[in-house]
Amino acid sequence: MDALIAPVRDLLGPAWLPVWTLVKIVALVVPLIIGVAYLTFWERKVIGWMQVRIGPNRVGPWGLLQPFADTAKLMFKEIVVPTGANRYLFFIAPMLAIGPAVAAWAVVPLTDTLVIADINAGLLYIIAMTSMGVYGIILAGWASNSKYAFLGALRSAAQIVSYELAMGFALVAVLMCANSLNLREIVAGQEGGAAHWYVWPLLPMFVVYIVSGIAETNRHPFDLAEGESEIVAGFHVEYSGVAFAVFFLAEYMSMILIAVLASVLFLGGWLSPFPQLNDLAIGGFAPLGDGLLWLGVKMAFVLLIFLWVRATFPRYRYDQVMRLGWKVFIPLTLVWIGFIGTMMQTRFAPMFH
Amino acid sequence: MLENYFPVLMFIAVGLAVGGSLLAVGRLVAPHRPDPRKNSPYECGFEAFEDARMKFDVRYYLVAILFILFDLEIAFLFPWAVVLPDIGFFGYAAMMIFLAILVVGFVYEWKKGALEWE
Repeated sequence: MDALIAPVRDLLGPAWLPVWTLVKIVALVVPLIIGVAYLTFWERKVIGWMQVRIGPNRVGPWGLLQPFADTAKLMFKEIVVPTGANRYLFFIAPMLAIGPAVAAWAVVPLTDTLVIADINAGLLYIIAMTSMGVYGIILAGWASNSKYAFLGALRSAAQIVSYELAMGFALVAVLMCANSLNLREIVAGQEGGAAHWYVWPLLPMFVVYIVSGIAETNRHPFDLAEGESEIVAGFHVEYSGVAFAVFFLAEYMSMILIAVLASVLFLGGWLSPFPQLNDLAIGGFAPLGDGLLWLGVKMAFVLLIFLWVRATFPRYRYDQVMRLGWKVFIPLTLVWIGFIGTMMQTRFAPMFH
Repeated sequence: MLENYFPVLMFIAVGLAVGGSLLAVGRLVAPHRPDPRKNSPYECGFEAFEDARMKFDVRYYLVAILFILFDLEIAFLFPWAVVLPDIGFFGYAAMMIFLAILVVGFVYEWKKGALEWE
């Protein structure tokens, strides 16, 4: 590998670093976008099975080419810009929705060494980026100059900021256990098997995090912002064609981001649940040891929760959504932070590290 | 130290470029046949009879203010949680007092009905 890279590095000189970084970024973003495509397919399949239907099965073997057919269809549809819309903001909004959802992946560690930017303020950066996503929604609703879009954007923004608080408090609880903002070190702190994962001492926080994640990505049963029966499609009612696809991409990208964060922060990231599996090596390589496989399994598990919840629960009413966020989750997280802090002053402290 | 952040900067640019390039592809390959009916804002088949940027409920504004307050508390909690083992009981007690004051404010807004959406 090194022998292959070295001549190119010498050739490019100072331009090497940006080019090599760009190659790494593309190598992460392209699989992510394909992952989004297949998450939409998987969602339709799972919900189909749960409702005793077959789900998409026409395009390609077992319907596996369905996401590409959808993409091609959306690509060749006209992008309608409403007369009263602010044309610049109308097109900037989808970019602002997808940009942060992609950019947050810069600091996510996939394995011990596989991380693009290993920065100290990793978790802080992710919070900053995910908070930016709300700008895309507000701008989309305002720029469309349509009542449904406007109301949907307001609802969505209020809901996202409310659940961001609960999510932030849940992350503080993780930090109290991990004592580091670096995601790689947070995973390293959970070493030693499934019993050492933060999900056990922080079980209520894990639940709050997952539910807040569902609410933040405007997913069912919290998809008030796009409740068909009341405000049609919410903030993206005026978007068509590929502009709509970008919002869709952003939503699913955020879902995968929530899943990977839940795995990294609570479920031990790439660590195998049984450390003994690392000794089960064939020729110096342990296929079931710590690695990408386990991160993938954990992400798939969290994503399945997302889909399962969508297929199971009826939609909440808006006041119920806000009540759950402000009157249940925020008090619960505050109490749990106080509880962990208190326990850390006692002899039970090692249980929380 | 700062060079660690260079890939982050590039990643943000790539993120925006993903959206931008998709939209550009849409503009290039999709048909573009504007029509006054088609381009009017969607309102269940009615003509749009006033500007959509209308007055909205003050409670959204209230939620925004409360969000800023609580988000600030979270910003305070972050560095505290990172150095928790080093600052010991004093750090713990200080933050618990701080949180207690926060809870008093939270109870007040709850009793005042700022969290009600009837």
